[in-house]
Amino acid sequence: MSRPPVLIPHASGTNRDDEAAQAIRLAGGEPTIAHVNELRSGTVRIADYAAILLPGGFSYGDALGAGGRLALELRTWFAEELATAASAGKPMLGICNGFQVLVKAGLLPGPMGETRSVTLTENAEGRFECRWVTLSVEPACRSGWLGAIAGTTMRCPIAHGEGRLAVADGASAERLENGLVAFRYLADGARPTSRKPVAAAGAYPANPNGSVNDIAGICDEGGTIVGLMPHPEDHVLDWQRPSGPEGGLGLPLFEAFVAGAR
Amino acid sequence: MTVRIDVTAPDDPRGAHVVANAPLVGVTALTGCRVTRVHHVDGDVSAEQIAALCEQVLVDPVVDSSVVGGVTPAEGRVVEVALMPGATDPDARELERAARNLGLPDIRVVTARRYDLLGELSDADVATVTHRLLANDTIEIWTEGELPAEFAGAAEADVRVDLVPLEDLSDDELLRLSHDRVLSLDLTEMRAIQAHFAAERRHPRDAELETLAQTWSEHCVHKTFRAKIDLTHTAADGTVTYSHHDGLLQALRAVTDELDPPWLRSAFVDDAGIVAFDDEFDIAFKVETHNHPSALEPFGGANTGVGGVVRDVIGVSARPIACTDVLCFGPADLPDARLPAGVLHPRRIRDGVVGGIGDYGNKLGLPTVNGAVLYDDGYTANPLVYCGALGILPHGSHPTEPQVGDRVVSLGGRVGRDGIHGATFSSAGMDASTVDHVGSAVQIGDPITEKGLIEVIERARDARLYHAITDCGAGGFSSSIGEMGEDLGVEVDLSVVPLKYPGLQPWEIWLSEAQERIVIAVPSAKLGELEALCDAWDVEVTDLGTFTDTKRLVVRYGATPVVDLPMGFLHEGIPRREMQAVWVDSPPKEIVPPAIDASHILRLLAHPNVASKEDIVRRYDHEVRGGTVVRPYVGPEADGPADAAVLKPLGTSGTKAVVLSNGICPAVGRHDPFAMALLAMDEAVRNLVAVGGDPDQVAVLDNFCWGDPTKSDRLGSLVRAVQGCTEGARRYGMPFISGKDSLFNEFDGEAIPGTLLISALGLVPDLHCAIDSAGMAVGDDIWFVGRHQAALGGSLASEEFGLGATDVPEPLVDPLPRYRAVHAAIASDLVTAAHDCSDGGLAVALSEMAIAARQGVAIEVPTDGVDAATALINEAPGRLLLSARAADREAVSAILGEHGRRIGAVTGDGFVSLGAVVVLLDDAVLAFTKGVVS
Repeated sequence: MSRPPVLIPHASGTNRDDEAAQAIRLAGGEPTIAHVNELRSGTVRIADYAAILLPGGFSYGDALGAGGRLALELRTWFAEELATAASAGKPMLGICNGFQVLVKAGLLPGPMGETRSVTLTENAEGRFECRWVTLSVEPACRSGWLGAIAGTTMRCPIAHGEGRLAVADGASAERLENGLVAFRYLADGARPTSRKPVAAAGAYPANPNGSVNDIAGICDEGGTIVGLMPHPEDHVLDWQRPSGPEGGLGLPLFEAFVAGAR
Repeated sequence: MTVRIDVTAPDDPRGAHVVANAPLVGVTALTGCRVTRVHHVDGDVSAEQIAALCEQVLVDPVVDSSVVGGVTPAEGRVVEVALMPGATDPDARELERAARNLGLPDIRVVTARRYDLLGELSDADVATVTHRLLANDTIEIWTEGELPAEFAGAAEADVRVDLVPLEDLSDDELLRLSHDRVLSLDLTEMRAIQAHFAAERRHPRDAELETLAQTWSEHCVHKTFRAKIDLTHTAADGTVTYSHHDGLLQALRAVTDELDPPWLRSAFVDDAGIVAFDDEFDIAFKVETHNHPSALEPFGGANTGVGGVVRDVIGVSARPIACTDVLCFGPADLPDARLPAGVLHPRRIRDGVVGGIGDYGNKLGLPTVNGAVLYDDGYTANPLVYCGALGILPHGSHPTEPQVGDRVVSLGGRVGRDGIHGATFSSAGMDASTVDHVGSAVQIGDPITEKGLIEVIERARDARLYHAITDCGAGGFSSSIGEMGEDLGVEVDLSVVPLKYPGLQPWEIWLSEAQERIVIAVPSAKLGELEALCDAWDVEVTDLGTFTDTKRLVVRYGATPVVDLPMGFLHEGIPRREMQAVWVDSPPKEIVPPAIDASHILRLLAHPNVASKEDIVRRYDHEVRGGTVVRPYVGPEADGPADAAVLKPLGTSGTKAVVLSNGICPAVGRHDPFAMALLAMDEAVRNLVAVGGDPDQVAVLDNFCWGDPTKSDRLGSLVRAVQGCTEGARRYGMPFISGKDSLFNEFDGEAIPGTLLISALGLVPDLHCAIDSAGMAVGDDIWFVGRHQAALGGSLASEEFGLGATDVPEPLVDPLPRYRAVHAAIASDLVTAAHDCSDGGLAVALSEMAIAARQGVAIEVPTDGVDAATALINEAPGRLLLSARAADREAVSAILGEHGRRIGAVTGDGFVSLGAVVVLLDDAVLAFTKGVVS
């Protein structure tokens, strides 16, 4: 089977692009890491790729709020190309900083151009934090390509300081609950006393940042654009997992993403 | 026109942080704190364009409110804080770039933070909160009320080169000149310089004097470590020995040359040591210290400490892949009354240092995976910040020979007045006035610029675009370019150097330690390719000059001569020091250990030097690059302490992994620095072996942090520690591959405890056999490796229970057979968990395993001829606890042989049973994770 080409844009301060590329390769895709400067000059064209993965890191140092500067560049330089890709049904995935960029660009939950009602802001604990979390892939999520793994559980690390998903008002929260929630934090099932993960119910550290309704990731109305704060690309091999329950690999997410690009 | 834009997030957690910390600095009336981000935008922009900036960039519509063109109405007492003009301000820079994205006219921006302090606050309260929690005078300006915008850099270029006549100066005048210009040179050195210029029949230029001071600084040339030293050593039993030492550095190198293992690639010659990883790749490792800057501005000091050591690794053409950090602070609960004037509280230093390390490492995308935190009164005024970096490079890919005609090319950050005199400043002691004199030596890093260097150097290396490379650290260009051109000669023009702002004199450009810069030697034919690469990755590149064959260092500013020195005098002209050292080991003292019950063990578990450091460690990303196999905290609740870090570098094939560990025991050094070195090396090795590392392929780094070496007792303990290192290298078969000394860690004449950090780098042959301290299951046997000793000097129990023990444990004479046996058992997949016995002894080690696994355990305590209490708390080297399946008992016994004994089992109940002493597992968890003894 052919390997769908996946674009991984890199801006100054991006990291985890190498791991994202590794995850795409393992999932059967062909990753290309390209600097935003190359996209801007036309050396690399968004239209030539079957899917786009915005990786983690600290684009432009997260100055002026995480992801905000790269979001501005997407809006001012690439809005049309991204809209074309989305309407062609090409999957788009933002992880951590990439998620922050998609939200701040107005692509998640979208549509771009409306006043944003969702944001990612300072963790409730007020600091950067790195720890493993357990996630549900929400069965009610409307994302088509994510449907392949709906209802499963993933384990992977978070590593962020501005990952608290906040909404403008009750109506915005309700709108998300209408099929736009893609991932939620679960209380870890590692303890011998509670093998089965249950809802985090806002409790720290299972919900590590105070996100509303334990939301770890969302999709857009069309279901092609998905973003999440945790890092499934850091759990695509069994040995990457700390001691605890078996399974929960992030690889199936990337397989679904690549399959969606076919 | 300047417009002020205030942005406030009502539930900004930074405000809550200030409120939570106020009582710790004695302010109880603070009830709330609102934080506002202030931006002053200067430029020819319309109201609509300002509105666009707010909507598109500055104001998050979900969480922020804003005030444009005015000042947020005061809600309480208002304090505004800003960085000093000219300091690195990424927010300002990115807002300027964002304006360009939006097609606005060019703007200039400065930012500030505004705090609205709520509550019935006195003037004294506001002053205390401001000084202790909000602002640092070293790098920031502040005022109560509104702080006007201050834009840097209105000055004109200042191409002034001053002459500094030396010819008629007396000895006193030479010394005064050295002090006033922060040269940190002694009389012999000043006289050598005087003589050189007398022979040349001219006055030195300011930059020449500064260049010599930098190149000859303790920091750069390691005067003490190269000196001839006579030591008088009195052993604990009163025996006196005289010895002559012809260079401590030479002694450390000699033992590496003597061992010369086949996997050693490069030791001591470059910015970092290099060893083989597999057939394809090598690994580079370096550990630096950044103590003085961290004492004055903890965030910036630690921040640039990480930046500096990562550049050391880039400086051997490696891609950085991980960071380590070992930190020593004064007690976090130090009463204010005991805080010396001019010293920041240890808690503030700790928070700043941890924040600075996290900020830099996280933003570089490097996992910070191994470290330690120690608290001791001796570090109150002189905290220690050891920053390490690990890198990977294809074997044979690091070029080290510049060619005549190559271009001298600088990459990365711009040069400002920040960071001048860092090398000479770190080569002197500190006192309360230090801040006033050397504030310019402290700076804040810019990790995103350094990230660009990482990307560009890796690609430039693979495309073979350079012949030599070095990082710009202490001394700036003067040191990096001076060193690179040592064997050839070099000529550069400072007028092309990109500056942060105009107004710098040539000597300041030449000396500035502005961060995030690398210098490479580029063949002319490759310059175009390099420039295109830098362009694509947003890295600034400047062609400064050329490598020559004149054996002279020639620096111009346009046509104006700035420096013209022979390389020979610059690098070899420094007179070699002759020094006297004295050391007396503590005489033995009779002590009576207390009877140990559960409460004693809980106190040890809750001791700040043992209790969990999760609060710190989780602020570092230890997962990025996806290679972390054994993490800092392990077990089902991810809160048990791991012994060492195991990493599988991204992009490598096969099953080999790297292991990083460390050893540090300054409390032992107070009594016997020779033993301290051997015990620290043992700790590093047994930690490394405990996770599956092979004891037969370990390289180590030394980092000596000491007091003023011109005082004979400080120098005496330093020489004894170096003797311990060379002896240890032989006993363990471990070569030193790199090192660093930070001397003059004194405040008002009080020295820190001489502190040796040993950092170890090894390999796990198969990452699937890597284990941690938590993997044991109910029914597993518990095995004990090694033997107790009665000596309690330097132990945690001696400190915590006030025993005053002085007799320290005997180092191991032939350690390798024991560690090979343990390694063989782990590599045969027979061991389910392992943990070393160190601070707090067997009692703490077993409790930590039980906490990590959340499993009860029961053992009979082996005594080895010591009393029952001492068996629980002694810190003899060479001891480990292992767990293994009962079914594998015979096989484990056969492999461990005489080195191991089966002492108990994993019970799965709620107790840690050490013979008759029983600790509730829940109590142990509480003591270790929360520092609470119930």
